[in-house]
Amino acid sequence: MEKLLLLGDEAIAQGALDAGISGVYAYPGTPSTEITEYIQSSKQSKENTVRSLWSANEKTAMETAIGMSYAGKRAMVCMKHVGLNVAADPFINASITGANGGLVVVSADDPSMHSSQNEQDSRFYGKFAQIPVMEPSNQQEAYDMTRYAFELSEKMGVPVLMRVTTRLAHSRSIVSRTDKPLQQNSLRLPSSPKQYILLPVNARKQYNGLLQKQDIFEQDAADSGYNVFIDGDDKSLGIIACGLAYNYLIENFPDFKIPYPVLKISQYPIPADMVKKLVDEVEEVLVMEEGYPLVEELLRGLLNEGKKIRGRMDGSLPRAGELNPKLVAKSLGMEVHNGFDLPGVLVGRPPLLCDGCPHTDSFLALNEVMKKYSRGRVFSDIGCYTLSALPPLESIDTCVDMGASITMAIGAADAGLVPSIAVIGDSTFTHSGMTGLLDAVNNHSPITVFILDNSTTAMTGGQHSSALNRLDDIVKGVGVDPEHIHVIKPLRRLHEENMKIIKKEVEYEGVSVVIARRECVQTLARRMKLKALEKKKAKQTAS
Amino acid sequence: MKKDIIISGVGGQGILTIAATIGTAALIEGLHLKQSEVHGMAQRGGDVQAHLRISSGPIASDLIPEGEADLIISVEPLESLRYFNMLNTDTGWLITSMNPYNNISNYPQLEEILNAIWKLPRYVTIDAEKVAKDQGSIKAANIVVLGAASPFLGLKYTSLEKALEKMFSRKGQDMVTLNLKALKAGKNYTEKHT
Repeated sequence: MEKLLLLGDEAIAQGALDAGISGVYAYPGTPSTEITEYIQSSKQSKENTVRSLWSANEKTAMETAIGMSYAGKRAMVCMKHVGLNVAADPFINASITGANGGLVVVSADDPSMHSSQNEQDSRFYGKFAQIPVMEPSNQQEAYDMTRYAFELSEKMGVPVLMRVTTRLAHSRSIVSRTDKPLQQNSLRLPSSPKQYILLPVNARKQYNGLLQKQDIFEQDAADSGYNVFIDGDDKSLGIIACGLAYNYLIENFPDFKIPYPVLKISQYPIPADMVKKLVDEVEEVLVMEEGYPLVEELLRGLLNEGKKIRGRMDGSLPRAGELNPKLVAKSLGMEVHNGFDLPGVLVGRPPLLCDGCPHTDSFLALNEVMKKYSRGRVFSDIGCYTLSALPPLESIDTCVDMGASITMAIGAADAGLVPSIAVIGDSTFTHSGMTGLLDAVNNHSPITVFILDNSTTAMTGGQHSSALNRLDDIVKGVGVDPEHIHVIKPLRRLHEENMKIIKKEVEYEGVSVVIARRECVQTLARRMKLKALEKKKAKQTAS
Repeated sequence: MKKDIIISGVGGQGILTIAATIGTAALIEGLHLKQSEVHGMAQRGGDVQAHLRISSGPIASDLIPEGEADLIISVEPLESLRYFNMLNTDTGWLITSMNPYNNISNYPQLEEILNAIWKLPRYVTIDAEKVAKDQGSIKAANIVVLGAASPFLGLKYTSLEKALEKMFSRKGQDMVTLNLKALKAGKNYTEKHT
């Protein structure tokens, strides 16, 4: 059996390849990006022509995967947790159509918000869609469960949600790989011809079918082996540990032997019988889960009149943020070790725009133009340029969700805040900004949209941008007056010239677009390095 | 055998190379390993760290418990302070470069930083850039720091050498030689100064 050193994300990717996927569909987002990147660079994927290009956004990714599943093949969709909000419409409806070829949706949550606007818990989406959810606790499980999720999806005829969190996504460990990877499915349309036509008459039937499957989902979660009851002699406490929390629990005990009965949860819906067995034999229950208190809240109920349930809701564990071994030890009343005190001289080192970043020159020009107006007019978006909120630039006033810069600027202008400015990156613009710009054109909004085109999806590490070489045509095609579309090159030496253009368009009382185009310094450096390496190689072979 | 190691620095300083070298050496010796890394937003010139755990037995948590790290390996002095709370007060060693990476306006006086480090019971502070330069290139400063930490890793020195050869062979024999020299120079420094 081959052993591989893989990130949790990469284990999912390898699991999917070995489960015979025909395609992965995704938009980059921390901590999910490495799943798709692994498949893109995998030899196995090239040999089997697994489709793996980036999608424009999570919704298009989800729908494309539904199409592949419809055609009978196995498809995976990957995104960060907030990406599932973007894809929520097709995601929820895919639970009604059901899956034909195996359909697995991976959502990577980011508790403690290392790189995100919130710490929403994707398990609630699984409950919302009423489909099975897998939550691996380590890299091996991530690999094994991905394959299982595809089998489960086809056996039950529904999509399966796979939920991971940052610490598993971005942690490496050894994974044993199967000797028997599966072949891809052949083309096979759904046997029920109306399954995917969600007219009310069909949708009601489909929905009833989904409801009837709920008991089977729960039965499978009890039988699959991924939820495990481990008995213990000390019945004063019972522990329910979900996903990654199980590792933090056993970390605190030598040889991983826990004196209390433990229920390890890695597959949902939670089997009620297993929970009842635990609750019946202990005095009180401690629930450990990464994210929101989903299981804890279910157990407590609204009135909380049963056995004592401890966890994030009663303060045994913090209500927000990710767990760690020390927090878990404290909740068990164990003694914890402290390290040395942090020295008083220590200061923070927040992330910054890189040296030579084109965004810096763009914002320096914009800042100067905006000096004469009152503050609070620059609506921004999700990307590297969000860092311009911090000193020294302090250029932007909002960052809410992908694409919200343009639409919020429209709303603020409608309210009387004229001029309003939207600042958005090229990849974010094609993700969710284009439709907002159409609204602005139809609304004749007095806004200036500043598209920072660094020709890549930079924040997540320089993935292909769907906007590449298409931006100018899209902006024209949406209906912005060509006289008010400008392309500038954000460079220090062109500062005066650029400022004049921005100033003129900010003063114009209609929709204007300024595209600031200069390649990201990171992707540029990488390209140059590759070029130099190829040159060196060519020279060596020539001599 | 079990070692919990925090590796710290600023995004782009090569901490993942250090982690990968130790990880590869651990695999050569047939040890278990877990390595938690930072990706995403924090990489943009901000503070970054990796938790590396190697052990002869299975490892549970991807994160090192607070106050239990055996070793902090830092390629930047200010960044080494950020993880004092992770270090085991009875046994932990701190190995850090003395070369500041100053990309913030309120960067403290280097002397104050070093004074905080020198109050610890067990530390090695090394001018890694100078040592690396003496070996041929300042670029190998991160491997000098790794060399300085090598006596505390619980791994055979030859495993680290093999790991470096494996990792840098793709970049040519010059790079392999440079990094092996840098590793050795770092090791020599620690042996002379502890």
